Amino acid sequence: MRSNAGKLSWVAAAALVVAFLGYMTIEVIGPVAAASSSPVAGALTLPDLVFYALATITVAGAAGVALSRNILYSALGLLFCLLGAGGLYAFLSADVLAITQLLIYIGGVLVLVLFAVMLTSRITDIKVSNTSFGFFGGVLLFVAVAPVLLAVALLTPWAASVPAPLAPTTAAIGNAFLTRWLLPFEVASMVLLATLVGAVVIARKEIKAD
Amino acid sequence: MISLNHFLVVGALLFTLGLVTVATRRNAVGILMGVELILNGANVNFVAFNHYVTGGVTGQVFALFVIVLAAAEAAVGLAIVLSIFQTFKTIDVRHADLMRE
Repeated sequence: MRSNAGKLSWVAAAALVVAFLGYMTIEVIGPVAAASSSPVAGALTLPDLVFYALATITVAGAAGVALSRNILYSALGLLFCLLGAGGLYAFLSADVLAITQLLIYIGGVLVLVLFAVMLTSRITDIKVSNTSFGFFGGVLLFVAVAPVLLAVALLTPWAASVPAPLAPTTAAIGNAFLTRWLLPFEVASMVLLATLVGAVVIARKEIKAD
Repeated sequence: MISLNHFLVVGALLFTLGLVTVATRRNAVGILMGVELILNGANVNFVAFNHYVTGGVTGQVFALFVIVLAAAEAAVGLAIVLSIFQTFKTIDVRHADLMRE
């Protein structure tokens, strides 16, 4: 139990670092990156370097989730993957989405996942915790799916235009939620209410009358 | 210069790794993590297309709805996992094969 608490505190510290990094990404690096377009290292400009760093964090975290034998390390990989994805959102001038990613995914979903890990498996016993079967099956699936998706992504002539410069989107998203997307917004609140009640009903312990 | 294709590659890799996670894990919590990876890959694509192709905020609104539904899915899924653990004393998905106790 002592090591569990140690790992949990480590995860909490990592989450703090993540929050700080996200804040710095949006508040400091974003304006600097938008302002500078001169090459920094070789042919790479500063935005290029930021993108490659974030993409590396994201994909490496995802690979950690897919390949790690210990479920707790999988959760840590998920943390880094979500952090990198949030940084990519900030890179794409989706600042609200980046903050939402931090608050809901890392602060909510990841903590829920960690709770489930701690409550269900004897995590000190690595063999019990996350045995993956069919390593070759996984490799085969990856080899079968990834080239198709990459080919579609790279060979299709997307109607990409020059993107608008980075700008805050909070006001526009608020307007969109309360005008055009008002009905889905309310339906989402009903879904969350049903989820709240349903999760409690499913997870509670039934007390027999006898 | 970072283009749309860079983000599509990241999204495709996230989706594929999530798919591999879902297909190869025996731990129910691990499978849920794979689902989160898949949803994140889709989200990266939504936001990238929104930024490079359509403009506006519609793609970001969709991504926000995806995040909300992912949170709901995680809560219900983990409640189901806890219930399975109480019933079968394991979260190995191969052993959860009964509809009743």
